[in-house]
Amino acid sequence: MTKSNLTRRGVLKSGAVAGAGVALPTIFTASSAAAYTNEPTGGTVTLGFNVPQTGPYAEEGLDELRAQELAVEHLNGMGDGGMMNTFSSKALKGNGILGKKVEFVTGDTQTKSDAARASAKSMIEKDGAIMINGGSSSGVAIAVQGLCQDAGVIFMAGLTHSNDTTGKDKKANGFRHFFNGYMSGAALAPVLAKEYGTDRRAYHLTADYTWGWTQQESVAAATEAMGWETVNNVLTPLAATDFSSYITPVLNSGADVLVLNHYGGNMVNSLTNAVQFGLRDKMVNGKQFEIVVPLYSELMAEGAGANVQGVIGSMNWNWQLTDEGTKAFVKSFGEKYGRPPSGSAHTCYVQTLLYADACERAGTFNPCGVAEALEGFEFDGMGNGPTLYRADDHQCFKDVLVMKGKDNPANKFDLLEIVEVTPRAQVEYAPDHPMFAGGDLGKCNPGA
Amino acid sequence: MLGLNKKDTSLLMFVVALSLFAPIILNIFPKDSGFAFFNGGYPDLMQRFAIFGIFAIGFNILFGLTGYLSFGHAAFLGVGSYAAVWMFKLLNYNILPALILSVVVAGLVSVVIGWISLRRSGIYFSILTLAFAQMMYAIAYSDLFGRWMGITLTNGETGLQIYNNDPQILLGNGPTSPHLFGLEMGARKVLSIGPWEFVFPVGYYLCAILLILSFYLSIRIFRSPFGLMLRAIKSNQTRMSYTGLNSKPYTLAAFVISGMYAGLAGGLLAAMDPLAGAERMYWTESGAVVIMTILGGVGTLIGPILGAGTIKYMENIISKMNEKLLHDWFSFLPESLEYAMVWLASWFTGEGWHMTQGVLFMLVIIFLPGGLVQGGQKLASRFRRNKADDTATNATPAE
Repeated sequence: MTKSNLTRRGVLKSGAVAGAGVALPTIFTASSAAAYTNEPTGGTVTLGFNVPQTGPYAEEGLDELRAQELAVEHLNGMGDGGMMNTFSSKALKGNGILGKKVEFVTGDTQTKSDAARASAKSMIEKDGAIMINGGSSSGVAIAVQGLCQDAGVIFMAGLTHSNDTTGKDKKANGFRHFFNGYMSGAALAPVLAKEYGTDRRAYHLTADYTWGWTQQESVAAATEAMGWETVNNVLTPLAATDFSSYITPVLNSGADVLVLNHYGGNMVNSLTNAVQFGLRDKMVNGKQFEIVVPLYSELMAEGAGANVQGVIGSMNWNWQLTDEGTKAFVKSFGEKYGRPPSGSAHTCYVQTLLYADACERAGTFNPCGVAEALEGFEFDGMGNGPTLYRADDHQCFKDVLVMKGKDNPANKFDLLEIVEVTPRAQVEYAPDHPMFAGGDLGKCNPGA
Repeated sequence: MLGLNKKDTSLLMFVVALSLFAPIILNIFPKDSGFAFFNGGYPDLMQRFAIFGIFAIGFNILFGLTGYLSFGHAAFLGVGSYAAVWMFKLLNYNILPALILSVVVAGLVSVVIGWISLRRSGIYFSILTLAFAQMMYAIAYSDLFGRWMGITLTNGETGLQIYNNDPQILLGNGPTSPHLFGLEMGARKVLSIGPWEFVFPVGYYLCAILLILSFYLSIRIFRSPFGLMLRAIKSNQTRMSYTGLNSKPYTLAAFVISGMYAGLAGGLLAAMDPLAGAERMYWTESGAVVIMTILGGVGTLIGPILGAGTIKYMENIISKMNEKLLHDWFSFLPESLEYAMVWLASWFTGEGWHMTQGVLFMLVIIFLPGGLVQGGQKLASRFRRNKADDTATNATPAE
């Protein structure tokens, strides 16, 4: 074991190898002279689309990818231009971004922070992506946002609804178009009070992670302000697929409303369980028992089928809106893919266009210039009415939709109806609101 | 050299050369050529090669030598990451205290888990470790301990990150990204030779040096009396106990050593990318290291490194082949054939990379039970036979 065979030749050999090893990293001094990370030098510019292609949110991810491909087509002047025709800013000309043809690379977030960061890194380091867009989970969005801040590229968040994304985890290089838990609460509460009265007792089932917590907090605060009472809040593991054991105690709690702070497969299962237990046919405290799903999506409604009938929730955007922007987008999306776009597809499409437009207006791809162009940007024609990208936290402020499951759906895409379009003023909040406190944007990082 | 015999020395030299020249080997295709897609020489992937190499080497010390199949090794990786990020949050971005703490913490946790799990062997041991790992995953995911104490310990699903308002008492004016006494991990040199472009990242070379050290240590363990004892446990534990030997201290030591390797890997992951998430501890991650080790060759010295590299390459490169790329590649075919090929290939690329991994794993298990190492040996012995026509020694596994 302790066989020592120190020969002159052996020592020389190992010394030479070790020396070469130590010297290797230092002999190359050619350093890149780019002004910022991945400065595009050729005739093309590469965008990175990082979406879940496997895992629980794969459906949402694939729809995001469709929208992103469509956005690239429109930016390059192919197709009918979609929302570029209705967008209030006319900086985009359909010749790519700043005259460079737009190309894209894709990655799979697997709805895991680690995998998402790995694929984002590979897009930045290997493919030279100048912007990362997409995602379908707040945990992933926050993780990738932090990465983009460090790497010096812009992050245009996809579907992320947690208050923390533009609250305590906000970053100078990150921008969110999607709405958040607070806005859902603020938009839902008046409608709930109108439909179900102001003396309700609510029981919350909440997905046990950042998004669930912040949404529960927001909805509870907003409904309590209307006079509701929160009976209980039970945290459920994200991996749960059977919620029967969580539903039974609801019956004996004296609550007459069940709030499901669940998303994706969780929501489909918990709602189905609740309906199977006959909750919606019950009369409690002399009132009809009701179920509320604060964050809705078409794909979830599709999964839950008839169970969503009459259930109220909120959405960022829906294809049934009748403004010009929505019509143009739904038309070109439908023509290409034969189905209406989901809310997550819309937000990714809009984010891609907003990024391209900001580059055009800034005249550069430099993240600091782009961020400056996006901060405080007022725009319209993107399906949500007049919208503001607030400079303080990089959150978009716009109208919020309150939706209700349709009683008699005409087809499988026609499951939800718009109950109310809550005006922007009603969902606005101060940047230092307690639910969003503790964060710090920091300074924009151009990398390099 | 260095207390190794000739064969082991050449193996060590092979690993040294492989790790030092990885940036060149992995970027072998010119930057603008059609094959550039297959280049893996970018910092993040190379770092992952080295880090998961360390993880698999450590796992192999337990599984390859004692035969105890731990199905919960990712727990130590995760613990290591959390420990490292906490050091970044409390002290500063220097990775040295972070790495030390991550190894120590992972070691302590593995003493506890090993102590309990090693009361059983075989499938019961595997299930116990799996149960512990899943428990720790759930605790980290919901930040159970943090909530009991009223603080943020793991930050749940979002993952532990460093914020501008963290204490970082030693930070001062130091760098604001992970560094080793000022040498930033994110720094890199880019070398352009004609159409080629090679990237030499500092972070990767740190990982590579630690990989080489880990590999050297693992050779020494394999060749030591202690290693022999572990192999004896693997071949017949009953006989060992009948000869009056208590095997538990040996298995526990192997368990803790491999746990510390995992902790080092976890700490390095955090050092390259200062974030720790609970899914790093999920059972699929524990399964991944088992697959890496078996794919490369259980019980061989270099197998785990090869296995880790193969899996990580597939995960990062094959998963990025999307349909647009496939259409580009098959565009030389007639249209109907092109669509057929793209349809077929899309099963195995992009989100279907798990399928490719599964098929490869099956092929290796069926035809090369000794893993890629056995494949290499078969190939080598065939060449040797062709040259010499005789004296082809029957290749024995490298242990």
